[in-house]
Amino acid sequence: MKTDVTITINGEPRILTVEPNDVLLDVLRTTAGVKSPKIGCERGDCGSCTVLLDGKSVRSCLVLGIEADGHDVTTVEGLDDAALAGLEHALVAMNAFQCGFCAPGIVIAAAELLGHEPHPTREQVQHAIAGNLCRCTGYEPIIDAVLAAAEERSVTA
Amino acid sequence: MTDVRPFEATAARTLEVVGTAATRIDGLEKVTGAAQYVDDIDFGADLLHAAIVESPHPHARILSIDTSEAEAVPGVVKVVTGEDFPFTFGLYMKDRYVFAQDRVRFVGEQVAAVVARDPKVAKRAARLVRVEYEELPAIYDPLEAVGAGADLLHPDLADYPHVPWFFPHAGTNIAHWRKTRKGDIEEGFASADVVLEDTYRVPRYAHCAIEPHIVVGLYDRAGRLTMWSASQSPYTQRHLFAEALAPLGLSDKDVRVVTPYVGGGFGGKAGVSMEILGAALATAVQGHPVKVRWTREQEFYNTYQRQGLVAHVKLGVTRGGMITALDHTLHWDAGAYVEYGANVVNAAGLSATGPYRIPNVKIDSLCVYTNLPPGGPYRGFGYSEFHFGLESHVTRVAHAIGMDPVEFRRRNAIVEGDTLAYGAEMNPSGIHEAIDRTAAAIGWGEPEEPTVPGRKVGKGFSLFWKAPAMPPNASSASFLKFNEDGSLNITVSGMELGQGYLTVMAQIASEVLTVPTRKIRVETPDTDRNPYEWQTVASHVTWSCGNAVRAAAIEAREKIFDVVHRVHGYEEDSLYLEDEHVRCSTDPEFALALRDFVINGLEAEDGTFKGGPIVGSGTFMPEFTSTRSDPETSQGGHPNVHYTVGAAGAVVEIDPETGKMQVRKIALAVDVGKAINPSLIEGQITGGVVQGLATVLYEDMRFDDHGRLLNPNFTDYKIPTARDIPDEIVPIIVEVPQPDGPFGARGVGEHTMIPAAPVVANAVEDALGIRITSMPITAEKVALTLLAANADQE
Repeated sequence: MKTDVTITINGEPRILTVEPNDVLLDVLRTTAGVKSPKIGCERGDCGSCTVLLDGKSVRSCLVLGIEADGHDVTTVEGLDDAALAGLEHALVAMNAFQCGFCAPGIVIAAAELLGHEPHPTREQVQHAIAGNLCRCTGYEPIIDAVLAAAEERSVTA
Repeated sequence: MTDVRPFEATAARTLEVVGTAATRIDGLEKVTGAAQYVDDIDFGADLLHAAIVESPHPHARILSIDTSEAEAVPGVVKVVTGEDFPFTFGLYMKDRYVFAQDRVRFVGEQVAAVVARDPKVAKRAARLVRVEYEELPAIYDPLEAVGAGADLLHPDLADYPHVPWFFPHAGTNIAHWRKTRKGDIEEGFASADVVLEDTYRVPRYAHCAIEPHIVVGLYDRAGRLTMWSASQSPYTQRHLFAEALAPLGLSDKDVRVVTPYVGGGFGGKAGVSMEILGAALATAVQGHPVKVRWTREQEFYNTYQRQGLVAHVKLGVTRGGMITALDHTLHWDAGAYVEYGANVVNAAGLSATGPYRIPNVKIDSLCVYTNLPPGGPYRGFGYSEFHFGLESHVTRVAHAIGMDPVEFRRRNAIVEGDTLAYGAEMNPSGIHEAIDRTAAAIGWGEPEEPTVPGRKVGKGFSLFWKAPAMPPNASSASFLKFNEDGSLNITVSGMELGQGYLTVMAQIASEVLTVPTRKIRVETPDTDRNPYEWQTVASHVTWSCGNAVRAAAIEAREKIFDVVHRVHGYEEDSLYLEDEHVRCSTDPEFALALRDFVINGLEAEDGTFKGGPIVGSGTFMPEFTSTRSDPETSQGGHPNVHYTVGAAGAVVEIDPETGKMQVRKIALAVDVGKAINPSLIEGQITGGVVQGLATVLYEDMRFDDHGRLLNPNFTDYKIPTARDIPDEIVPIIVEVPQPDGPFGARGVGEHTMIPAAPVVANAVEDALGIRITSMPITAEKVALTLLAANADQE
């Protein structure tokens, strides 16, 4: 039985028609057309579908679309300049990603970390992105880039 | 073939872009989420979805299929079975079926498919397809499968078309047997002071690209088949689709394969595996696009897997530390279909000496059918598998004669001009530099204290090598065009799998044409528009397609100089490019911006215009390779273009109580010929090392006694997270130029994961005195082996 929900996606309230068993990931990708969260495992293991739900990271494959009714969802397309400051630049400058499929999820996880911990340790970065699998990079350049972005922020702040 | 001048012709000039750590030209697209993968493309409201009916049995005869119940489900558009597609396909041997015909040969094999409007409806209806089976005996062990009286998986083996360098043994389960013979093996062992032999076992592994396989096919009402495919091999796919579906009247020109960014490949998206289903189903629902997207579970059990291996190594050495003979027998668990995997077996069978100068060699590499999922290409292409046993063995034999294992490797390492096992000559290589720098990086020979009292520290070392395994005529091509503002678009059909291929191609063109990489777009393949590339496999595209792009850039440069000569009169050999301008060595005042004429031409004195849009094309094919050789010895051909070599070493700290291992440091040196982009090569080293360490420390595929994969997900098949990486990875780049490579470059993508397993095995022995001969070397296995060894001593 289809039902209408209102989800604020990247700041814009969207009225979307969903099935009760549609997961948020499919609602975002198929119904709302927001493609950065990726389908990697559909069971919460890989983190490719990570989005912010009311500012907190979740696996959108483990959340039902109807659970997001009345809530805010942020994907990498909607991260504001403050959240992204220096992060995208460092990730690009340091060639941190390879195939890029995990990138939107990792950017979300890293932005969340830097939002509440402006000066993370290496271990904190590792911990923050430990739920996001990447098969290409060995993580090291991603960790380095997140730390570089944090440092850059503290210099410019 | 466009003439590609040897790199020396340009080496005199200082390189400006090649050799720099340029940022990726796809970097911003990827961090912003703008990069588009197949599943991100919108196919409209008419898109259909497929679900697959799979075999629950490892080996069975299909007695009947009843699709009527599934067809009656509202929303189901079509149900197809093997009867609809009685075709075989395959890259090197046509032994694979689009859908199972009279029998199934592994759990998960596709038997039928349901196409529906809604993916959930398709899945539900697929469960209603009734298939009646008669079970047959199943074989999982390659040694059992080659034994007397083993049941045959492929009674029709003799009828399968295959490439001329395969030697199937009809009436057995041996799909291909590569024999390499050099010198006199008996004499070699007779002249040895010490002969050591043992057996090593390597299980199956999964690629685990984070993007699952996906294909969308549209067979339009005019008979045009367009496939959007997450593929390493768009041209190979196009040809195989056309070939397999030729009975429907398709030709290559009617098939178009579009491949946007691919979310990781590692060999798993090479050739054609599940994509054939998208092509077949598209023809069954003509006029509607149909999507086949693998679940993570299917990703594990019905794509290629890395093949299992049982390797028997017998090595003879003198007291003085020289290898006299190697007898290496490799039984590959190649799975139910070997259309691609048999070439992995072939590659190993030619190169299983490792990077050593060995006068007497006997290699038998056997591709054996088993009732497990099809084996196939996986980063390393057989070399990771045989290096585990061989490089473990090299350390053991060095110990047996009381010689330092690194010194032993120095003495026996193969160098330029040495004769390979199949008779050709070894290419230039910096293997000794790689050995020395790796040994220095890990403090080889220097004892180290554990960080926690009671733990043990060990050091392991390994060499590695690998050649691209390609048909002798694998080729690359490139088109290049200038735009009005002097920027460039380049089309090629290699795939950006993450390795940085697009960026490297841009750097090569930039070096020739002086256009900065930020003004170059290199486009992902569309077989309608981009020129030919064999496949993005074998770590060959930097080398092969790099040569093609360089040739295209040179052709464009020659056209530029030609028009400048015609209008301004300067001799062409006095002209050169600098900072996007044409300059002249005989007239320092002359400077002409590319953007001023690369589209609209140059105005001559009489007011007419000369020239026009500057475009370039380039191709490359190695013209010295050949697979023609004696099937009993492999002597006589030149099957491999070159080897990339290197060394790796690690410092591993182990808790003897639990077996838990921490890689404190791992160094890997690889001779890339010329590092076109050192940052991207370091990325390959870091990523490859972590992927390789995972295969030895914890990953492996577990099957039950009914051939069912027990761990087809990331919960049970653990791949490394950001918390599972070594404390320190030291990438070391060695540069001994490859004479026929672009600016001296050769491939590096696969090599970096090859030595991880023997390095860890050797470090464990160094730390604890125990030798483990089967992968993975888990903490549990280390602890139990140590317990047993200690019990033996008491």
